[in-house]
Amino acid sequence: MSGIKFSFELEQEGFQLNAEAELPGMGITALFGASGSGKTTLLRCIAGLEQAEKGQLTINGESWQDSAKGLFTPPHKRALGYVFQEAALFPHLRVKANLEYGWRRTPGAERKGNLNHICDILGIGELLQRYPHQLSGGEKQRVALGRALLNSPQLLLMDEPMAALDRPRKAEIMPYLERLHAEADIPILYVTHDLEELARIADYLALIEKGHILKQGPLAEMFASIDLPIARDEGAGAIIKTQITQHDDEYHLTHLHFCGGEILVSRIERAVGEPLNIRIHARDVSLALQPPGESSILNVVQATVMEMADQTAGRIMVRLDAGGTPLLARITHKSQARLGIETGMSVYAQIKSVAVSI
Amino acid sequence: MEAADISALWVTLRLALTTTLILLLLGTPLAWWLAQTQSRFKTAVEALVALPLVLPPTVLGFYLLIALAPGGIIGGFTTHGLAFSFTGLVIGSALYSLPFVVQPLQNAFGSINPLNLEAASTLRASPLDRFFSIVLPLSRPGFITAATLGFAHTVGEFGVVLMIGGNIPGETQVLSIAIYDHVEALEYAQAHWLSGGLLLFSFTILFLVYRQNSRWPHS
Repeated sequence: MSGIKFSFELEQEGFQLNAEAELPGMGITALFGASGSGKTTLLRCIAGLEQAEKGQLTINGESWQDSAKGLFTPPHKRALGYVFQEAALFPHLRVKANLEYGWRRTPGAERKGNLNHICDILGIGELLQRYPHQLSGGEKQRVALGRALLNSPQLLLMDEPMAALDRPRKAEIMPYLERLHAEADIPILYVTHDLEELARIADYLALIEKGHILKQGPLAEMFASIDLPIARDEGAGAIIKTQITQHDDEYHLTHLHFCGGEILVSRIERAVGEPLNIRIHARDVSLALQPPGESSILNVVQATVMEMADQTAGRIMVRLDAGGTPLLARITHKSQARLGIETGMSVYAQIKSVAVSI
Repeated sequence: MEAADISALWVTLRLALTTTLILLLLGTPLAWWLAQTQSRFKTAVEALVALPLVLPPTVLGFYLLIALAPGGIIGGFTTHGLAFSFTGLVIGSALYSLPFVVQPLQNAFGSINPLNLEAASTLRASPLDRFFSIVLPLSRPGFITAATLGFAHTVGEFGVVLMIGGNIPGETQVLSIAIYDHVEALEYAQAHWLSGGLLLFSFTILFLVYRQNSRWPHS
């Protein structure tokens, strides 16, 4: 029985959590929702920091809570790692002692990983003798992550670990998270309200709204739908699986192949044949009925209009299909009326820019 | 110094040390409870703890005298009662110095970020483990303040001792009482020696505490 299975009912002043889901037992699952939607409360229930009046929780076959049977495992008896919004490092302990806090309390047979390896992955080997108040925000959060990983968790919970950081600090941590994603063999639940962040690291997405799970699914599928709250986000856009087919040294470009055609992006330093996920923002896709004539836009893909959804401010979200690959385009009502765009029509999608993720 | 003064000094130190140790042992759980609880009895307990701050020592001493007497609610458990004994003095001092130990501890516990305790609980630390590995070290300044204030306040105690002590040399005669006796007997030289000594002692101890706490790097 692999997977994270839970159902929680919890009432707090003015807020009700009523969430039930079965999430994958591997990879990074993002919990996405507006602030106040209950993401953090859900995560705290899973950690046992909050005890739901009615609750069931099973992690890869092991039951941590079953209120019907009166079972509630307190947090210190759950093999988990929790990364808080603020790093919450112990101020009286050096980085090394912080990292080893959970490790020393883990029975020898259950220990996984080791200090040196974690320090390598997170780039914190130089900081071991410092106190938390001598670290930058980004360093603190990396140490907090290392401390959670050295607790030999069966489940890693991350509550907006980058929310308290500014943009450069975020950019500094991102590569470490991506490396963690590649190495971790445990499920990770990652709470965020930043679409860009989750598009880069998550495999699976659960949307939470007003205390319950609205919808869940694989990332690409969720990003390709036009009627979910994420489609209304400024950062909405499809995720496309591609493969590197060729490098163009003259123009400093890389050719990416996907089911519906080919896309050119700025040169990527990866080997030909490697898979690559890219993201095309709906705001960067415009539609034309004819193949565009002379234009500076490199990427034009022929596609079929599958469905459309009205959005606010006179805009419309269009889902296209390009040879089996979904694409999203956000256009104005006026353009739709002028071009007479309808479901089933064949159009040319002009892609202004491409975001390369993982 | 006369032999009687040395013996009074010895009784005083023994009393202050015993009282401080007992207060740290009993005051720590009480202060922790006060810092954490949302019980409706909290305010009443806080007021009780603070009573010795405002009550004339003679009032406390008077009730203690009755309670410690043979047949009193405390003294009744013993054959001869506890009034006019060292044990009786320890009980009286512990009550009298209680707020000086509990309040700094309660403040120290209350200023610990609860996030630190939650983080520790997600890192396999049981509640007792969290207390010893997180709460105690983070409250070190509070403990130093509590211990020195409790000790110093017991050394300086007069009214309660006067009521329940009985001024028995070597048993219940403490420095403050010895000073009083010297003044009564117009032995100003001895009174000067003891008073000046106590003054210097009190200043030094407070100075050391404040210096220590201002150097504490994590507060």
